[in-house]
Formats: sequence, structure tokens, C-alpha cells
Amino acid sequence: MSANHSPQTASQRIAWITTVVAATLVFIFLMAPILAIVPLSFSSSTYLTYPLPGLSLRWYEDFLGSARWMNALKNSVIIGVASSMLSMALGTLASLGLAQWKSKWKPLVLAIVLSPMVVPVVITAVGVYFFFAPLGLTGNYLGLILVHTALATPFVVITVSATLQSFDMTLARAAASLGAPPLLTFRKVILPLILPGLASGALFAFATSFDEVVTVLFLAGPEQRTLPREMFSGIRENISPTITAVAVVLTVISVCMLSTLEILRRRNERLKGNAE
Amino acid sequence: MTAAFVAGADVPLKRRLKRAERARQFRALGLVLPLLAFLLFTFVVPLAGMIWKSADDWEVPQVMPQTVAALKQWNGQGLPDEAAFAALAADIRTAREAGTLAVAAKRLNYIINGYRTTLLSTGRKLKEQPAPGTAKATLIEIAPAWGERESWTAIKSASGPVTSYYLLAAVDLTRNADGAIVAAPPDQAIYRDVFIRTFTIGFGVTALCLILGFPVAYLLANLPTGRSNLLMIFVLLPFWTSLLVRTCAWIVILQSEGIVNGSLQWLGVIDEPLRLIYNRFGVYMAMTHVLLPFMILPLYSVMRGISPAYMRAAASLGAPPTTAFLRIYLPQTIPGIGAGCLLVFILAIGYYITPALVGGAADQMISSFIAFYTTETVNWGLASALGAVLLLSTVVLAVVYGKLALGRQTTGGLKN
Repeated sequence: MSANHSPQTASQRIAWITTVVAATLVFIFLMAPILAIVPLSFSSSTYLTYPLPGLSLRWYEDFLGSARWMNALKNSVIIGVASSMLSMALGTLASLGLAQWKSKWKPLVLAIVLSPMVVPVVITAVGVYFFFAPLGLTGNYLGLILVHTALATPFVVITVSATLQSFDMTLARAAASLGAPPLLTFRKVILPLILPGLASGALFAFATSFDEVVTVLFLAGPEQRTLPREMFSGIRENISPTITAVAVVLTVISVCMLSTLEILRRRNERLKGNAE
Repeated sequence: MTAAFVAGADVPLKRRLKRAERARQFRALGLVLPLLAFLLFTFVVPLAGMIWKSADDWEVPQVMPQTVAALKQWNGQGLPDEAAFAALAADIRTAREAGTLAVAAKRLNYIINGYRTTLLSTGRKLKEQPAPGTAKATLIEIAPAWGERESWTAIKSASGPVTSYYLLAAVDLTRNADGAIVAAPPDQAIYRDVFIRTFTIGFGVTALCLILGFPVAYLLANLPTGRSNLLMIFVLLPFWTSLLVRTCAWIVILQSEGIVNGSLQWLGVIDEPLRLIYNRFGVYMAMTHVLLPFMILPLYSVMRGISPAYMRAAASLGAPPTTAFLRIYLPQTIPGIGAGCLLVFILAIGYYITPALVGGAADQMISSFIAFYTTETVNWGLASALGAVLLLSTVVLAVVYGKLALGRQTTGGLKN
């Protein structure tokens, strides 16, 4: 128990215990659905009920052996990688610019840049659908990559800007005063220091695209259906155990991404600590 | 000393500095421009296009140009003249051959139920252009509806180029034959209920998130860093788990053969499975689960900054814990409560996937109607108008959020 919360009186202790109990219940509420689905994916039965009649990997085999699911996985990765790379390029440049730009228009520009995050995705999807359809950008990868990039860039801008804020600009000035041209300064001084921030930005962008389903519903043809899109129709029709296996695979991917982020965050803090 | 330096020597230093600074600002703007141009193409213009579609009235002017022109002089009293009837007959015949009559028929059917039948059957029966002077008699003979003033005011009101029809319809209003704004007929007046339902669910989810999120944020903010980081995983893992996975999990848990019903029956608490999903309860459950982290994170970031010295000071001055909490601690968390509630509410009212999967027909929010009119019935005007109203609500709330979050680095609420 922390120093700032050493309960002194009985009523304070009761209040603290109540908080702990309430928070624990909420933690259970948050984790239970995710944990409950894991054992079901290993069930040997077609019925999604407990107790499990036996263990089996058949639903994972079903997932890995299905052309439909593998195609969806491939689409998710293609669209996710392409849109995160594109949003990284655009978002990092913009963050570097925004960090130096002083203007009364800056809040407006920032609002525009961040707005894809706030506007309900359905509205974005409908607008983009109307606009892209005559341009031949529906039913192919390009349209989806473009709209996923637009949705992911705000996360890149936020992450990279936060990293740049903690970046000590005197380092860049020192490099410049020693005669390094701007591009060299960026490559040799700025980039290595903000790399963890860039990596987490890319991860956020990939996660945004990897989990996005509404624009896929509107823009994708049968050939571009992603994992969440296949899950959406699977849940709509009838939840088969294969879907629980897919869900577990997706959760494992999330855990990996989250751990990578945590490692990046720690590294970043260590770098900051060394700089000070 | 280089020549360039000498050449610049007579320019005052202040001005050179200014010039260098201006060049730097241009470079900075140049770095932002690619993203702005990209978002203009993939986001701003599409949204503007959607808003334009909510007022664009193109069907009737495009399909029936002669009729629209002929009705320009008509004052709306009595029936239009013979020339207008002749123009209508000509337009109907041209459109029928071009296959576009159904487009206009659909648009006019929004104004008068049954117009589609009138127009299409007229198109079918009108074998040839009526002889001069007989168009009126011929058309009224084919369909008596052409002898009614309302049929003509409908065409006139849909003559474009812009209409308030869809935007009015989105808030359950319409124009009567005289052009006055009145309440829409009850069978079409459903959107106000849908908006009220959307906001009700939004408020409910926000309240639930605040009640559940507050103790969690408080606990995380008041534990030593090591332990709170460990517990933070319980918040971040669900946050990072796919929305579809979480929605799927709730269905598995709550369905009638699901874990909850199974356990309760096994314990003998209930005989019949309870209906826990595909209704409002399921929507609240799943949406609260999805949006709870968006409440906890901003609350946590604000609570983390509240010095415990205030509470100790209040206690040392004799305030009982409840008073100290209500009068000292709670007011300091208001910015976090405001930011969290606004964020959750904004996200909640725009939700589509979760209500679509776990809600019943009576739990569908505005988003699902937008999607329905876009892809199923292809009523793009109405889809756009509903989208415009939802967008307006979101923008207003987001501006308030921006004002609240201004000056404070609350990226905590935004996947960070």
C-alpha cells in the first residue's frame, strides 16, 4: 500500500476496501468475456457450453485449413501493413511540421488532422463510399488502404507528437551547429531517438486497420473481406467454434502488440532518463 | 569570410533572423501539407459530399427536364396548363425509353405514397405522344391522379436544385402542399424516436462507464506505480482486444445456452433461460464493456495529478472522509469526468457494430439506419441527412471536448 494511502481511521479503511472490492469486480467484468472464450475454442464439441466434453484442436485446424479464413487473414495483413506504412509516412512528416509550425491556423489544422478519430465511422464510410464509387475505388484494395490510412493517421500523429514533445531540440541544434545538413541531422540524431515513438505509432495504425470493420462493410468486394469482416458475418449467422478459435488468435495478436508497445514505452523512458 | 556572408552584411540582423524564421515556418507547413492533401481527398471532401447529398435534388430535374421548365410559371393554384401536361407526357416517354423513369418515380414516391404506381403505369399506357391540345385529357384518363393538384405540387417541390426534404425528414418534419413545414405523417415520423433512443443509450452507457470506471481509476491512481502498471493490463488488454472478439464473447456468455444462463440454471436460481442478449440489456452490457477503458484512462490521468496533500489537509482540519471526498477530491476530478463522459458519449452515439450484433430491432441506433438507407434501400438523400444530423451532434460535442482538454495533455483517452 502506498504512502499516500495509509488508512488511518476505520471509515477511511472501509472506504478503501470498498474501492478495492468495486474495482476488482470491474476488473472481472473487463476480463471475463475474453477469458471465457479461450477454453471454448479448445472444445471438442460443436456446442459453446461448459463444462467442456473434451479438448481438441479441431477448430484451429478448421481455421488454418479454410481458404475463406486464410484469405481474410491475408487481406487483413495486406491492408494493415500498407495503411500503417502510408499513415506512418504522412503522420510522421506532419508531426515534425506541426512541432515547428506556429500559426493561428494550427488549432484548425490539428482539428482536421484528428477528426477522423472522432467522426463516427459509419459517417466516414458512407461519405467515402459515395465519393469512391464513381472513381472505381470500391471493391479493391486501394480504396480500403486509403480510408484505413485516414482513420489511422490521427493515432500516429498523437503518438509521434508526444514523442517529439519529449525530444530535446538542442540536440538537433547542436548537430546543425556542427555542420550537419537537416536531413543528416534527422537521420543520425532525431530518428534514432524518436524511433520507439514511431514504432508505437505504426503499431497503433496497424491495430486500427486490423480491427476496422465498418468501412470494409461498405467498400470491400467479396475478394477483400478482412478477418473482422468475416467475423461480423459469422457472428450474425451463427457463432461456430471456429469463430472462437479466430477470436483467440486475434486476442493473442493483441497481447503481442500490447507487450511490444510496453517494451517500446519502457525503452523510451530509459532513453529519456539517460538524456537528462 | 565567404562572399555570401559579406553580401548579407548590410541587411540588419533582425530582418535576416525574421527571414530565416519565415523559411522555417514554410518548411514546417510543407511537412504538414501532404497529410492535409491526403485527408482532403479521403475524408473532408467525402464528408462534404455526403452533406451536399442531403440537400441535392437531382432526380426529377434530370429525368423530367421539360416538365420542370413548364412548371416554372405555374403558381401552384389549380391545375397547370395544357403545355405542362404535354411536357410531362413527353418526359415520361423519353424517360421510359431511357430506363430512368423509376429513378424519378422513387423520388416522388417519398412525397406521395403511390406516386410510383401512377408514374410507372402512365409510362406503360402512354403509347404515343398525345395530339396537341389533348395531353391533359389523355393523362387524366390514364391516371386520375394527374387531375389532382398534389401530384403537380410534388413535381414542383422536387424540381431542385436543392431540397430541404431529406433534412426535414431526418427530424420528422415535412412540407405540406402549400409549402409550410408541418409534422410528418405518423408512419414516416420515426427518426426523432431513433435519435432519442441513440442519445438515451449514449447517456446510459456513459453513466454506467462513469460508475464502473471511477473506483478503478481511483485505485490505479492511488496505488504505487509498479502495482498500478500491473493492474493497468486489465484495462489495456480488453482495450486492445478486437471489438468483434469482445462482442462475440458477450454473445457466447449471454445467449440462452450461454455460460450465465447455464450456471444460473445449474444453481437452480432460474428454470427458464433469461433473455440477456439481442435486447437493450445486451447492448448496455457490451457497449459499456467496449467503452469503459475510454472512461478509465482520462479519469486516471487526472487523478494521478491530484496531490494527496489536499486530502490530508482536509482531514487534519477535521473534515470527515465523505466531506473531504465530496468537497476536496471530487471537484478536482471534474476535468477528467468531463473529458471521459464526453469521449464515451461521442463514441457511443456513433456506434454501429455492437448494437447491430447484440441489439434487437428496437435497439438499433442512428448509425444502423444510415447504413440501411445507404446499402439496402439506396435512399442516399435520407442516409446523408441522418448522417449530417449525427455529424453535427458529434462535432458540437467534440468542440466542447477540445475546449475541456485544451492545455491538458489528455491523450490518455485516445488509445495511448
